[in-house]
Amino acid sequence: MKNSTFFILILFAFIVGGSSCQSEAELNYIRYYTTGKQLYESNCQNCHGNDGKGLAMLYPPLTDSIYLKKNKNQLACIIKNGLKGRIEINGQVYEGEMPAQAKLSDIEIAKIITYITNSFGNQQGLHDAQAVNQDLKYCK
Amino acid sequence: MKNLLFIALVALITASCSHKHDKLPYLGEKELVENIVDGKTITDTVYQQIPPFQFINQDSLPVSEKNFAGKIYVADFFFTSCNTICPKMHRNMLKVYEKYKGNPQVGILSHTIDIKYDLPYRLKSYATKLGISGNQWQFVHGSKDSIYSFAAKSYLVAAYEDKADPQGLVHQGWFVLIDKQRHIRGAYDGTDATQVEHLLQDMDILLNEDEK
Ligand code: HEC
Repeated sequence: MKNSTFFILILFAFIVGGSSCQSEAELNYIRYYTTGKQLYESNCQNCHGNDGKGLAMLYPPLTDSIYLKKNKNQLACIIKNGLKGRIEINGQVYEGEMPAQAKLSDIEIAKIITYITNSFGNQQGLHDAQAVNQDLKYCK
Repeated sequence: MKNLLFIALVALITASCSHKHDKLPYLGEKELVENIVDGKTITDTVYQQIPPFQFINQDSLPVSEKNFAGKIYVADFFFTSCNTICPKMHRNMLKVYEKYKGNPQVGILSHTIDIKYDLPYRLKSYATKLGISGNQWQFVHGSKDSIYSFAAKSYLVAAYEDKADPQGLVHQGWFVLIDKQRHIRGAYDGTDATQVEHLLQDMDILLNEDEK
């Protein structure tokens, strides 16, 4: 709610300001999101699906916005180092193994995170390379 | 005269089109065999057939071609820890499973190519997580020396070990459609949703063909 009020305010400021071009921040977000989508398609979509719904009980969905919010700072670690063991998503228990993707760079991971946390019913805004760099220092 | 020709042509095209749709082609090797019937020599075309086989399924029970008698079936090759094309293939194979669930004339046969790791209990856990129960969709385990050549010779699907591959195993994602006489009647890219739609249509054609 707070977020959307904020968003509307910004939008309002744009309209009032008569500015038709997008701000640098907004452009940055769009850049992250669009490349993030491509990176998602080549690195994640096989398992998690083009709609983020996963595959039965084999691969969990990315539609649990509470999980993604709660673990926002662990997402980079999950992508980089993989994930194994019991987790609960949308009230269902999954016990699988996600392979590590150590080859992905911080900026690529940031773009993927920006994509998944703003798709499939999630809306969390930009997560940039600097944030990912920080996240990766505190992997569980 | 010209008009007549035109009508004849249109009729011919429509006829050949509808004809095309009620019978599927035969794939694989074919052989001409001469038979003598009533003193006359008759040449018959004999198409490649899936040879008899023996595997162990997700319930640790033996599975052979006899389990598929009177059925058309779709065969593929995969392994449970495969993280490239397999999830896509089985997301698509679920469509086949859902559409023909409970139909005694339709089966699915998935062969693992990871003989070391994919023991029956692992296949069982995989099947259960995928939401599969019963034995309409069989997940089977064979012996290592036979599975690669079996895939290539019987189903025309390449599968092999490759040290250069990150997972060490390489295989193609074909869904191969087999008729009740164990002939190959279609091959579809199991990672491609449109080709799998095509497979679903062809399965209906094949089921109808058998009824005639
Ligand atoms: C080989 C299949 C596979 C691939 C590829 C894969 N994942 Fe996963 N992912 C899994 C599995 C399995 C789990 C659950 C692991 C567990 O049960 O502990 C999972 C869990 C997750 C989770 C936490 C649970 C959830 O559903 O929110 C996130 C987030 C996630 N993956 C994101 C990604 C992203 C982003 C990519 C691409 C960079 C990716 N995954 C690639 C299989 C995969």
